[in-house]
Amino acid sequence: MSEIYFNESVILLGVEANTKEDVLDQMGRNLEKQALVKDSFIQAIIAREKEYATGLPTAGVAVAIPHTDVEHVNRKTISMGILKNTVDFGVMGDDKETIPVQIVFMLAMDEAHSQLSLLQQLMKVFQNEDVLVSILNEKNKTSIRKLMEEKLDFGALEGEK
Amino acid sequence: MAKKQVLVACGAGIATSTVVNGAIEEMAKEHNLDVDLAQIKIAEVGSYVDTADLLVTTAMTQKDYPFPVINARSFLTGIGTEDTKKEILTALQK
Repeated sequence: MSEIYFNESVILLGVEANTKEDVLDQMGRNLEKQALVKDSFIQAIIAREKEYATGLPTAGVAVAIPHTDVEHVNRKTISMGILKNTVDFGVMGDDKETIPVQIVFMLAMDEAHSQLSLLQQLMKVFQNEDVLVSILNEKNKTSIRKLMEEKLDFGALEGEK
Repeated sequence: MAKKQVLVACGAGIATSTVVNGAIEEMAKEHNLDVDLAQIKIAEVGSYVDTADLLVTTAMTQKDYPFPVINARSFLTGIGTEDTKKEILTALQK
């Protein structure tokens, strides 16, 4: 099983976009450029977001966790997009409400079940307003990488089947 | 009380249902409830219509089912978790 790919190259700061499609396209293109995902990924993730929205209201900064099927992924990674301005995403489980999202965690997973512990740990991050605010205000990618490595146990993911 | 079948569904069928599934498992233990949890994709709910007692989901659902449907987003966001748990408990203790 491959290790999860996470470093500064999948962290995008100050993303400028007006629509969620634009956000997903920019983040997806960055992953595609690094051959972490297949060229079918962007279309698939935009389509999935339309059908099953992934915006999550949190205590501090609203987030979205766009993801799609494993077949579009070459190597698993979590890409983070910190948006310059909020962009409306649909709220998970709701077909009418939208929410102004400012941090996007794009999940590119290459095995269905490897997402479980990752998501559980991510949920903890979402429930911690201080961490989200720190991510939002941080201007340095390396600091964000270190913070995330501290919060998510990437090592534990590798052994998971 | 008869064993209740609880469907736990999410849209992609990949992950968020697993988080919810874990939360309900814990609840059931805590309250000594005997439940039969089925983790499925929201698109598969149709085949459980005759047997299920409750649907807990993070995905939106337009259809009317003969059992209660509870939104479980709070298990992901931590906002309103207690209310959702109460809702699930009430449905299960009927």
